[in-house]
Amino acid sequence: MISIKNISKSFEDIQAVKDVSIQIEEGELFGLLGPDGAGKSTLLRMVNSLMIPDEGTIRLWDLDPVKDYKKVRYIIGYMPGKFSLYTDLTIEENLEFFATVFGTTVEENYYLIKDIYQQIEPFKNRRAGKLSGGMKQKLALSCALIHKPKLLVLDEPTTGVDAVSRAEFWEMLQSLKEKGITIIVSTPYMDEAQLCDRVALMQGGEIHACDKPAHIVQQFQYPIRGVKTSNIYKALLDLRTYKSTHNVYPFGEFLHWVSKEQLFNDEEVIIFLKDRGHLNVQVRDIDPDIEDCFIELTQFNEKINA
Amino acid sequence: MKRFKAFVKKEFLHIFRDSRTMLILVAMPMVQILIFGFVISSEIKNASIAILDKSKDELTQEATQKLLSSGYFRLDKYLKSEQELETAFKRDRVKMTIVFEPGFAKHFYSDKTANVQLITDASDANTARILSNYASMILRDFQQSHNATIPNGNSLINTEVRMFYNENLDGVYMSVPGIMAMILMLVSAMMTSISITKEKEFGSMEVLLISPLKPFQIIIGKVTPYIFMALINTLSILAMGYWVFHVPIKGSLFLLLFEATLFTILALSLGIFISTVAKNQMVAMFMSMFALMLPTILLSGFIFPIENMPFPLRMISNIIPPRWFIIVVKKIMLKGAGIAYVWKETLILMGFIVLFVGLSIKKFKVRVE
Repeated sequence: MISIKNISKSFEDIQAVKDVSIQIEEGELFGLLGPDGAGKSTLLRMVNSLMIPDEGTIRLWDLDPVKDYKKVRYIIGYMPGKFSLYTDLTIEENLEFFATVFGTTVEENYYLIKDIYQQIEPFKNRRAGKLSGGMKQKLALSCALIHKPKLLVLDEPTTGVDAVSRAEFWEMLQSLKEKGITIIVSTPYMDEAQLCDRVALMQGGEIHACDKPAHIVQQFQYPIRGVKTSNIYKALLDLRTYKSTHNVYPFGEFLHWVSKEQLFNDEEVIIFLKDRGHLNVQVRDIDPDIEDCFIELTQFNEKINA
Repeated sequence: MKRFKAFVKKEFLHIFRDSRTMLILVAMPMVQILIFGFVISSEIKNASIAILDKSKDELTQEATQKLLSSGYFRLDKYLKSEQELETAFKRDRVKMTIVFEPGFAKHFYSDKTANVQLITDASDANTARILSNYASMILRDFQQSHNATIPNGNSLINTEVRMFYNENLDGVYMSVPGIMAMILMLVSAMMTSISITKEKEFGSMEVLLISPLKPFQIIIGKVTPYIFMALINTLSILAMGYWVFHVPIKGSLFLLLFEATLFTILALSLGIFISTVAKNQMVAMFMSMFALMLPTILLSGFIFPIENMPFPLRMISNIIPPRWFIIVVKKIMLKGAGIAYVWKETLILMGFIVLFVGLSIKKFKVRVE
């Protein structure tokens, strides 16, 4: 079990992580969601012992990453945000190097990486620098796993990877989870939230919510509509002046319009827009998703802080 | 141990797979020693000389003709007295002055020995040596051909060589120890500092840190291949110096290699120290260039004699490690000195090692910043 209590970390002029507390259960696939600069990498580096928190405590089972960093480094598999294997070594050499460095052999824990490694094994004599993004990521995961870590810390593993490889990657994480490995993964992609057991929404160094993805969505208490007109930008500006608007923001080809009032008539919105010269006005029911929740939580908090 | 071996193997692979690194490690030492060697000992033609003829007889004029027609020398001016020597060297930049003693012909024919003095500007020691050798040879030739024309000719022209500005002719073989210092510095300090900062820059340092590898294993592992490369370089420089430029190795080769290894370790510890301070390869490279290479070239006595430096620079040269190494190599190679004569410098080198290793250990971080 991993417990993070009141963790803060500042760099020269910026507070990267502010009073964060999270509990992660054993065997959980835990997602850390947030945009670039939210403080995800810093938090992960404090968990894996690469950085010392200014305040607060972290426990990985009974280990303290500050004091017991040597022991922690045996039980952790870490994949940094940047591809950080040796580009001038081949796939096989990279894997063997990390296996030996962690005091094991490729054969010993092959069962753990088999599903992943088999996909890149045909190219095992190719240098890592000449691999595609998806293959690099599979190799990095194999290297992080080769010593059978108890905890896998993945920093934005799917950033810069194509959609198909991303889906495959999450399948791999699921199967690793079934093998009993606890996984913490950070990602800026909101759609990946539903693939995690629980997620923490992080923004500006703070955790704004930490729950199962479904629960977070359930807590979204406002009615929400998808709105589309022939002039979407003007509609955005107009809706901001509408009396019952709680929030409105572009979302794909639609605007997401969030109402302050629980009871209201879609017709009123349509009339409001038509009065302002909008054509082809569409208003439709939608379910809020995790990104709506994220926007709601972070913007709401920002208003309070301001 | 297995971990360490795997690490060293990886380092060797990095070196062998990067053609630029290989080029720097293997080709550059060869090229440099050839360039320095040949630039310094290149054939000399038309060197400007001055002549101070205190005798002014037929024989000295004949000798002068002989010297000037050889093609090696070009007469700059006749001097009238010894007072003009200084200005001839300093202002007119003559390389050599030939002084015939008064009554040269008389001494030659009746006393059987005539004296001629070859005074050279030895601040360019190599040229000085070559010029005086040429002149001596020509004068010996001249002496023989004259002895053949007279019955029972066994007279002698006695040439005395004098060096101006650098009486001991330091620096004739100076280039080999200097190049050795420079290349070991380059291979060891620059290459290690770059290879360590490369891991930082590419992020693989994070993965290494998170592994159970201990910091000293990472560092020693990084450094080991370069000790080998440096040793190979030392041997190739010595071999080229010995066979191509005939630089003697009078002292013990074993002691020489020991000192070279010591200096390599010193340079490596400097490289490690730089890598703990530098954030990326660029910075590491510039720090190595400016903090190590330039002082090695300029302040170690490699090119410019330390005695001629102004006082503050002479003081600074004391803290330039290659300076001590160059002294050691010179003593061993050229003077055949044993450990009894170089222990002081050896201790200084060891002191530097302790200092930089200590600083690096203090600075090396088991975490990221």
